[in-house]
Amino acid sequence: MGPVTVPLEIEQTEEQEAAAAVPEPDVPWVTVVHNDPVNLMSYVTYVFQAYFGYSKDKAHQLMLDVHHKGRAIVSSGSREEMERDVQAMHGYGLWATLQQER
Amino acid sequence: MAGHFEPSTSVPGGAAIALDEIELSILRSLTVQLLELIGPGEQPADAADDPLAELFTDGPTEPPSDPALARLFPDAYSAPGEREDRAAREASAEFRRYTENELRTRKREDGLAVVHALDALRPDGSGAAVLTLAPEESRRWLGTLNDLRLTLGSRLDVGDEDTADELYRLPDEDPRKPLVMAYLWLGGLQETLVETLLP
Repeated sequence: MGPVTVPLEIEQTEEQEAAAAVPEPDVPWVTVVHNDPVNLMSYVTYVFQAYFGYSKDKAHQLMLDVHHKGRAIVSSGSREEMERDVQAMHGYGLWATLQQER
Repeated sequence: MAGHFEPSTSVPGGAAIALDEIELSILRSLTVQLLELIGPGEQPADAADDPLAELFTDGPTEPPSDPALARLFPDAYSAPGEREDRAAREASAEFRRYTENELRTRKREDGLAVVHALDALRPDGSGAAVLTLAPEESRRWLGTLNDLRLTLGSRLDVGDEDTADELYRLPDEDPRKPLVMAYLWLGGLQETLVETLLP
């Protein structure tokens, strides 16, 4: 990592803490799935179809986003809904986190 | 049906595979090891007498120290490789407290279903058998095959695509070779099983 990333990271951390300290109910939460080299592309596509009910095309595109960009937002909604989605993704063995969209 | 799943000809939406004696033995042994790894999780001392106690007991708040288990039960609020702030750590701990026991139970049940299905087979004289799965069983098997691959992948340190490529070209005498062969074989099983479930 270059030196430029250090101030950026600090800034981001402060932003996150501020966001958590003062929750904004109208800002939606999102479920993010992260790339990992173990999960099969066909399996990830299958999970997006089976759990979210996405079409084959949409599921395939999301899988490609995860694979090439390292992460993709796969759903959005209330914090409770996103916790449910993240728990389901962990059940499938996908690497997922939730965060408030900014 | 050699070495991979195919759509079942007898069960609608099902899957079938012929497995020889060694494949049956490896699959069972790996799954039992996975079950031992997942285990019952952290239990209070008095929970042993009551199988339902786990459901009403808070789960752990810290990620597992074993890297394979940490991958099976990841943090919910901290992205991989990102610096974790206090708020995210607390939210992850709270999420883990309420979800990890349930997740462990489900993964254990899927693994047990795999072992039971293998034990129910009646192998022929050579020790081989044809395994047939109904769609609901296929979903449990998919979960376990994926957990097995995540666990082996963690043990083999399949951290990035470069490491993965290197593993595929290991010389025969490398001590990791048997594990890599198992990892790749499980990948083939999972890939072909997924195909039977896709419309």
